[in-house]
Amino acid sequence: MSDFTSNFWNLYIAILTIAGIIFCIWLLVAVGKREQKSSDSSHVWDGDLTELNNQLPGWWRWMFWGLLIFSIGYLVYFPGLGSFKGTGDWTQIKQFDEEMTALQAKTKPTYDSYLAMAAEDLSKNKNAMETAGRIFSNECARCHGSDAGGGAGFPSLKSGDAMSWGGDVAAIKQSITEGRTGVMTPMGEAVGGAPGVKAVVAYMRSLSGLSHDEGLMAQGGKLFEDNCAACHGADGKGVKEMGAPNLTDNIWVYGGSEAAMTKVVELGKNSNLAQGDFAMPAYKGVLSQAQIHLLTAYVWGKSHK
Amino acid sequence: MAVIWGIVGLLVGLVISLQLLWPAFNFDLPWLTYGRLRPLHTNAIIFAFGGCALIGTSYYIVQRTCQTRLFASGLAAFTFWGWQLVILLAALSLVFGFTSGKEYAELEWPIDLLIAVVWVSYAIVFFGTIAKRRTPHIYVANWFYGGMILAIALLHIVNSAEIPVTLFKSYSAYSGVQDAMVQWWYGHNAVGFFLTAGFLGMMYYFVPKQAGRPIYSYRLSVVHFWALIFTYMWAGPHHLLYTALPDWAQTLGMIFSVILLAPSWGGMINGIMTMSGAWHRLRDDPILKFLIVALSFYGMSTFEGPALSVKTINALSHYTDWTIGHVHSGALGWVGFITMGSLYYLIPRLYGRTEMWSTKLINTHFWVATIGIVLYVAALWIAGVMQGLMWRAVNDDGTLTYTYIQSVKASMPFYMIRLVGGVLYFLGMLLMFYNMIKTIGQGKSVDVAVPMASAPAHA
Repeated sequence: MSDFTSNFWNLYIAILTIAGIIFCIWLLVAVGKREQKSSDSSHVWDGDLTELNNQLPGWWRWMFWGLLIFSIGYLVYFPGLGSFKGTGDWTQIKQFDEEMTALQAKTKPTYDSYLAMAAEDLSKNKNAMETAGRIFSNECARCHGSDAGGGAGFPSLKSGDAMSWGGDVAAIKQSITEGRTGVMTPMGEAVGGAPGVKAVVAYMRSLSGLSHDEGLMAQGGKLFEDNCAACHGADGKGVKEMGAPNLTDNIWVYGGSEAAMTKVVELGKNSNLAQGDFAMPAYKGVLSQAQIHLLTAYVWGKSHK
Repeated sequence: MAVIWGIVGLLVGLVISLQLLWPAFNFDLPWLTYGRLRPLHTNAIIFAFGGCALIGTSYYIVQRTCQTRLFASGLAAFTFWGWQLVILLAALSLVFGFTSGKEYAELEWPIDLLIAVVWVSYAIVFFGTIAKRRTPHIYVANWFYGGMILAIALLHIVNSAEIPVTLFKSYSAYSGVQDAMVQWWYGHNAVGFFLTAGFLGMMYYFVPKQAGRPIYSYRLSVVHFWALIFTYMWAGPHHLLYTALPDWAQTLGMIFSVILLAPSWGGMINGIMTMSGAWHRLRDDPILKFLIVALSFYGMSTFEGPALSVKTINALSHYTDWTIGHVHSGALGWVGFITMGSLYYLIPRLYGRTEMWSTKLINTHFWVATIGIVLYVAALWIAGVMQGLMWRAVNDDGTLTYTYIQSVKASMPFYMIRLVGGVLYFLGMLLMFYNMIKTIGQGKSVDVAVPMASAPAHA
């Protein structure tokens, strides 16, 4: 597709460019040639400001010529003069494609051999895991941490229990390929406002053996059964198919303090970026199938030493 | 005011370089975050420090070399107060988070309008004075100031074309890659006309004055002036190499940037060769030292610039701290030093004296600042090349060798050296301020007489 809406602009650019270079050459030749009448231009300003009129230094003139000739050569070879493509047939897209094709051709056999291996076996292959580690550092570490240990709001990948969507090979691969969007409904109103939330939190803490208010626990258990068990299970151990986390393992992605838990119960978590929540993005299209396979093996290996 | 805004600008620069080392230095206050202070730093240096220096010296020079009083002196006073108001509004609005998001043109539309009014008034005063000159020829310094005034008016008005939504928010009149192209056409010419042509005007007056020697070559000034103002206008796209900008536009930006080396060096040669016959004075005249080192940094930066605009080199240097180093060798070395040298010449003469309060202090300032620049620029050169090499390193398996954060970690020692360089430069500026206060305290403001009797030799 042409960059120009009409041939006028094409010519406009080309002519202006050539005229500009000719203008520079003219300046250099005409002003350089002008006969030197005297070494002094004989103007005086401000009492004592005068000008000599020395010839342009020779090396400087040759440098100027050199730059102009280089530019003309460059314009013949590369696209520049309007829609003229240049004799070198160069475009930046082509340069990019060529470099990428060369790289892919070089690495394809290795990646193909990885793709043929089961993820469990791959996770024990030293070379494969070094490659996977570098992909992880560049793509995953910014959220999950360079040691895969996670951070506030981002699950650790070191323990299968922390992965609320499941830690087996199939679940991990699904998480990377398609991404994950979890929904935790805001429960503040459903459990009867602040006192209800407080009771539910007390019950949740008791499930993981954390300090809690014994008096509120029973009330919280009842509220939990009515409002939370549908997703988190009657025993609070979570349901992986829904990404509902296990509440009995003392792993809290959004923080294990009473305040942090209160906030989650009250306001929910819905992977809403605008509210500062994050979702696991889909990596199909970003990474190749083989790269995703490698990462799956790498992540699986983290919790299956 | 240039000195004061220079101190403010440098101080803000120091704070943000501290933040690069220790992010906690924003104290968790939104007004002090890097994103707000960085535009404040660039605007303060370019438009407050540079602008005051340019407007002030141009009024002095145009009167001296046209041998007449300013045209419309009331309007000239308006340009001073108007410009100070622009700076004040800029400082407040940037800190409070109002920005149009265009680099070096962040100010919102009401301030843009005020700038346009002040700038047009400046043009009227300047060209009015030229028109009523009592000399047959226009002195070369005035060509450069005049070129700067016209080009900046054009650049500012075209690039700031925007559609206001509220009093505090507007959107650019351009979109997509056109917006980027207009922005960098503006951005690079802010460098080319504001920071180069304008300061060359300063050079063309103060260098021959301080050296007591005639300008080296009239015809060289003709060639390099016209070639410079023509080619600079094309250089903008070199900021957008390997982007969505069409290939042909990238090529044009690159080749004219490369050609630009010659006219830029023309100015440097004309300045440095003006010294012939006065070289011995460098030994004991720190003002000349400032001026000559400024020209050297000018030559270096204008060699580096064309080199960086070559596609192959740019692919390595783009987005790294090499660019920041390049800008600072130009800003601290060329713009800063030529201004300091000029002001050291000018300030005593405005107060009925011929010399600053302490010449020794000027000398100290010179050395402290020079060491500061060298540390600053060298650190960022190394950091920049290192970042570029780390980012492009690829393993045999096609993965990147380094993560981004590894390149940040590796840059930290160099950021430290850069901070030390910046502190030294800042200390030098404080010495200048002290010297200035002392000089003013000893003299008293005089109306410098405009030379009348010096009729041209051939008249």
